[in-house]
Amino acid sequence: MIDLAQSLAQGASVGESVFFWILAPIALGGAIGLVLARSAIHAALMLAITMMCLAVFYIMQSAPFLGFVQIMVYTGAIMMLFLFVLMLFGRDSKDSMFETLRGQRFFGVCLGIGLAALLAAGLARAVSGLAVANDPAWATGAQGNVEAIAEALFSTYLFPFEVVSGVLTVAAVGALMFAHVAKKGGVRGQKVHSRERFAPGVYPGPKPGPGVFATSDSTATPALLPDGSIEPESLSEYVPPRQLTAAEAAPKHTEGRES
Amino acid sequence: MNDPIWLMLVKGVLVFVVLVLLVLFTIWFERRVVAIMQVRPGPNRNGPFGLLQSLADGLKLAFKEDAMPRTADKIVFIAAPVIAVTCAFTAFSVIPFGPEVSLFGVETALQLTDFEVSVLVILACSALGVYGIVLAGWASGSAYSLLGALRAAAQVISYEIALGLAVLAVFFQSRLLSTGAIVDAQAEGLPLSIGGFELTLPGWYFIILAPSFVIFVIAMVGETNRAPFDLPEAESELVAGFATEYSSLKYASFFLAEYVNMVTMSALCVTLFLGGWAAPFPNSWWPGANEGFMPLIWFFGKVLAFLFFYVWLRGTLPRLRYDQFMRLGWKVLVPISLVWLMVLAAMNIGLDTGNGLPTRIAFAGGAAIAVMALIFFWPSRKPYEDPAEPDTGMGGFPVPPLDLAVPPNPRALKELEPARTGAAPDEDAAAATTEKGEE
Repeated sequence: MIDLAQSLAQGASVGESVFFWILAPIALGGAIGLVLARSAIHAALMLAITMMCLAVFYIMQSAPFLGFVQIMVYTGAIMMLFLFVLMLFGRDSKDSMFETLRGQRFFGVCLGIGLAALLAAGLARAVSGLAVANDPAWATGAQGNVEAIAEALFSTYLFPFEVVSGVLTVAAVGALMFAHVAKKGGVRGQKVHSRERFAPGVYPGPKPGPGVFATSDSTATPALLPDGSIEPESLSEYVPPRQLTAAEAAPKHTEGRES
Repeated sequence: MNDPIWLMLVKGVLVFVVLVLLVLFTIWFERRVVAIMQVRPGPNRNGPFGLLQSLADGLKLAFKEDAMPRTADKIVFIAAPVIAVTCAFTAFSVIPFGPEVSLFGVETALQLTDFEVSVLVILACSALGVYGIVLAGWASGSAYSLLGALRAAAQVISYEIALGLAVLAVFFQSRLLSTGAIVDAQAEGLPLSIGGFELTLPGWYFIILAPSFVIFVIAMVGETNRAPFDLPEAESELVAGFATEYSSLKYASFFLAEYVNMVTMSALCVTLFLGGWAAPFPNSWWPGANEGFMPLIWFFGKVLAFLFFYVWLRGTLPRLRYDQFMRLGWKVLVPISLVWLMVLAAMNIGLDTGNGLPTRIAFAGGAAIAVMALIFFWPSRKPYEDPAEPDTGMGGFPVPPLDLAVPPNPRALKELEPARTGAAPDEDAAAATTEKGEE
């Protein structure tokens, strides 16, 4: 973004500056929203917005490949995995505001400001002396955007690239190892399940459907209205209705084996 | 691509109109074709052959009440269908319909836009389109919707990998990432000499990259959430999955997005593997077949063939179980794609350097890996073993005893309202039967 601001100062095209001044506030707003959002999903969505804006910045700066890969990999895959995990927590879970360490918030704010200052200073030093290349080699068509990235990745930075890919693979396998739970005992087959279902004392028939206020799903059992009275429509002309005896109305252990 | 702005606007509107019309047509087409497959007439009331049925359905949906659950997250609930539709329509902007033509006096390609990496636009849009589904499921505040959203997230991430690897093979072969250029690259024939007999195969990539083509077609069905991979909206398990709580135009938007995605994925497959807008016969047969507006016929013909394939799948195959579906994606499609990419890369290097050794290594290695995979993963069935322990019934399953005494009829226990009719229930039933018979 600092690059972009400089190039604007040096007279970038009108379209570029229009897009910059529209998208830069959105990107910053997304970043601030990420910190302030109460719900974890909202925070993740804010982060996705910031990433999309960054991708458009890349495309504006003649790096379309990088921009679209940013959208596909970060916004499309990694944020989607985040969402996947966050959704499993349930909608109403919020961050607890309880301080587990005393003075945690104070030190957190101090360290945060320190980190921000450090990053800003480092970035400013790194880009202060840079001249903005208005038409780099890959934009003029001498060497394509994709070829330029590929050459940098697979010649100059080959070793770091391979090391990072190895480390990532090890991390993924490690996460799998930690999350893997060995199955206890063998797989219970169909026969075992079937025997348990028909064991004495267990009601083998299907349970009444959800929303049915009945103790049994027999056609002879009248349906009950929410107030407990009998729904006359449910009485068949051909099947004489009957009340269940106390023994029949008792729970039939339909939830599984007797415990 | 240096079109004047007014021409770009015209093209944008044209793409939009074509997509909407194709969606209306596809819904009707799907219902009619499935009906024919199931030996019934299908929609045939509105308009000729029932062609206006989807238009009527769309109007009806627009006038329905727009309900929002109390537990819904309002902003995200409204944003989700917008995201889904926007991404679906945007993806179509880079599909080439035809060659350069003269449109309103300006020479221009029949394509909204094209640039260096335009295939990635479609992949990025399909990746973002999932947000619509996932957020819809989450924001609805309903268990069915959430389950649908979780399935959608897992499904699209896993099938995107297989899809991306299949597309990578096209990039390997053509060394291009632009849709228009990939279509042009397929125009050259593939000279082949078998025993001195010269033969020119069409240069379409589905011949050279047959494994990638098959994987792409499978992954494309998974990516668009269509049967037999329609697990996010499995109506017999999850009501309507992620769309359970949606109604009216918001529901229609999801419907629209799904069908636009179907069209886009078909068009992408045609562009990458089936020669795009090129005519399906050698240029010498009919020299003018690839000029002017003629290619529109070939392009839409191929896309319609794919849409028929989608419908055919839906009419034929039952929905996969979730674990089988994941196993197919991760344990079959992805490994095969990876091995095939390695073989392809080695072959290309061998052909480039003019050195036959890497090619031979690639062929031998590929063949060896294929044979090993066949041996290891040959589907086998465990032979039936007689049960070791004594069984009570057929093959160990509990069955009623052979000397089963039928228990007394529970209806004889106690009548509910014996005084209601003043007659014994049996006589009542008999009377009802005779009444019915008289009617």
